[in-house]
Amino acid sequence: MMSTPDPQADPTPVTDSTSWVVDDAGTFTELREPSSPNRLVIEPNQWHQLSRKYLTLQLLTHGALLVLIVVAGFVLTAVARAEWIWIPFGVVALLSLWGIAILPRQVRGYGYQLRQDDLVFRRGILWQRVVAVPYGRMQLIDITHGPLDRGFGIAQLKFVTAAATTGVTIPGLSQATAESLRDHLIAVAESRRTGL
Amino acid sequence: MSQPAAAGRSVLSDGEWHRLHPLTPLLRGGLVLVVVIGVIIANLRDRLVQIFLPMFVPQINPDEYAFEYEGDPIDWVVENNLVLLAGLALVVVLVLVVAGFYLSWRFHTFRITRDEVEVRSGILFRTHRRAKLDRVQGVNLTRPMIARLLGTAKLEVVGAGADGNVKLEYLSTVNAEQVRADILRLASGRQLDAQPAPGPAGAPGGALAGAAALSAAVSHGVTGLIVGEDVGEVEPESVVRIPVGRLLLSHLLSPITVLLVVAITAVIVGAALGTPWLLIGLLPVIIGFGAFWLSSVFKGLRYSIAPTRNGIRITYGLFTTITEIIPPGRIHAIEIRQSILWRPAGWWTIKINRITGKSVSEGTQDQFTTVLPVGTRADVERVMGLLVPEMAPEEWPALFEQGVLGPRDGDPFTNTPRRARIFTLLSWKRNGFALNQGALLLRRGVVWRTLSMFPFARMQSVALHQGPFDRMLRVADVQVHTVLGPISGRLSTVDRDAALELFAEVERRTAMASAADHSHRWAADVADAVAAPATVPPLTVAVQWEAGEGGQPQPQPQPQPRAIPDADAPGRTPEQSPNQP
Repeated sequence: MMSTPDPQADPTPVTDSTSWVVDDAGTFTELREPSSPNRLVIEPNQWHQLSRKYLTLQLLTHGALLVLIVVAGFVLTAVARAEWIWIPFGVVALLSLWGIAILPRQVRGYGYQLRQDDLVFRRGILWQRVVAVPYGRMQLIDITHGPLDRGFGIAQLKFVTAAATTGVTIPGLSQATAESLRDHLIAVAESRRTGL
Repeated sequence: MSQPAAAGRSVLSDGEWHRLHPLTPLLRGGLVLVVVIGVIIANLRDRLVQIFLPMFVPQINPDEYAFEYEGDPIDWVVENNLVLLAGLALVVVLVLVVAGFYLSWRFHTFRITRDEVEVRSGILFRTHRRAKLDRVQGVNLTRPMIARLLGTAKLEVVGAGADGNVKLEYLSTVNAEQVRADILRLASGRQLDAQPAPGPAGAPGGALAGAAALSAAVSHGVTGLIVGEDVGEVEPESVVRIPVGRLLLSHLLSPITVLLVVAITAVIVGAALGTPWLLIGLLPVIIGFGAFWLSSVFKGLRYSIAPTRNGIRITYGLFTTITEIIPPGRIHAIEIRQSILWRPAGWWTIKINRITGKSVSEGTQDQFTTVLPVGTRADVERVMGLLVPEMAPEEWPALFEQGVLGPRDGDPFTNTPRRARIFTLLSWKRNGFALNQGALLLRRGVVWRTLSMFPFARMQSVALHQGPFDRMLRVADVQVHTVLGPISGRLSTVDRDAALELFAEVERRTAMASAADHSHRWAADVADAVAAPATVPPLTVAVQWEAGEGGQPQPQPQPQPRAIPDADAPGRTPEQSPNQP
């Protein structure tokens, strides 16, 4: 595994909602949005984005899957002489290829902002989704990272509110960012905690 | 006979550990015992008949039927002279069972402190459950038929979380009522009286058991059942009465009935056309539907809804009576709804989203989320007055006209733009939103007309969705997120600019409302003058605290959260709610 120790760990101490200094080094800088003027624009339109390493990791895993499908197809045709196997396998391979093709765009479509009272999260280009969660509503924050994620030094952050439908999950943050963001959000949520 | 619960603190909520009602093992394990005994009796039926009613046993030739008794354990025991041993084993088993029940009752204790309700149970595997009182979402008192005959009730404290309920089953009805009142009063942030009032039931662990007490309980329970009254608390007057006829008819006029009628017609037509065996398949469907129909009618009988000092009190059920108290600020969404079948009759139903502590799979969600099963417009306005007390009563008629029946002239709702009516073909004129001072209002549907209210103080988050077709028509979907329940917060096809404006406005108001919200201790800022006139006013307590801790003599009404050592400190005051940034 190519383990990349992140030298840009964020040491900034966290005190209140405005003082979190996000370390945007190594993240994307340009948000992909629909081109139509009818798209949803949330002010201020400045977003923190995902880590570039997340795209690399996603491309690798999707690529590996594609290779696996193609290899399996060849093996099956060679061994069992079942050429028809390429019909389902070809469909799956094409879909997977399409997925890989739009992946760079898709990953650049994620973004989050920390505003005065809430966290805003956006996702999707064709199907846009924007969610705003007031800090005081956060019940807990989950950080998950699998073995591959750890190798790349990235993590996924999930915000849990009392509503199951909130669904704010930021994939592909650098581990240091994820942890400092979590600590910051917990501190802010604690200072604004109310009833459910 | 019974002391009103409001008069004082019950013996059970003094912060010490207490046991449940002595009949609890019978009520909880009773069913299992009955089944076991039933199985045994069924198996030994011939034997018992032979022993007690020998004249009915046909004289049979033992040689002829010997094989039938070959495997009978009783014959085997008698033949091998093991009667004494078998009897001993039976006695041991019985003693063990009784001891087990007794021990499980001994070890099942509960405690009500200033901040928590706790239950400990289990003999070998101990479990310990706590519910924070400031997170209590409701308290319900369930009285199943048999428990009611014995004068007992189940108390369930609804906590904030899936499967987070704390159950006290069973307590005597009087105690249950008192404990409920105490829990609600503690949860509200008021103080209980210092000295416990002499409760009429005494300690539950006392010598209440015994045949005399049992028979007294039964006779009292029967009286209560016939009279149909709740013991212990001053019964508040219900604001709505549902005539039985309306209840029956409202269930008949449901989509399920229509479905059934269609199915029956189809089957009959099919049968007439030459496949008569289809009729047989119909029978279980009709039986199943009938059972469902009856049970839902029974649940709706004896419905009442009334305001109490600690929230709204809803009672229903014919055989199993459930009384639920929902404290203020526990309602996350409200919806007035009418299916097209009810339109000629002018009936409505009201549902709410709240935390019931039940998982969705338990299927009883519906019971605890329906606030008004069926009611007229006047009923709806009265119930809404209870649910949203901060809204002035004279505002309701206008809101009802516009929001529920509308749109009318001067429509305050922002509706689906005409250009996007293709997405909401039928309802585009109704489909819209409005904001009032405390809540977001969504008006939706034509066939099922609904008006939903989402209080800002309870809203969890808000989202916008926009797909490519929405973008072409310059619209977007708005969705507000609340706790799980029957009401969805999604409003489709709103003008894009209006949606963005709404998004910002809802977010702003949610932040404001939740900062100003104190309903987790809903009465903490109100001096409890009615119940405890002798209590020291909260502010004074706070001042004393400050002086004791920091040595500062001057009154400081808004101490910093750090100045308070921990949540267990006595003298809970409004200042302790951590709402200051």
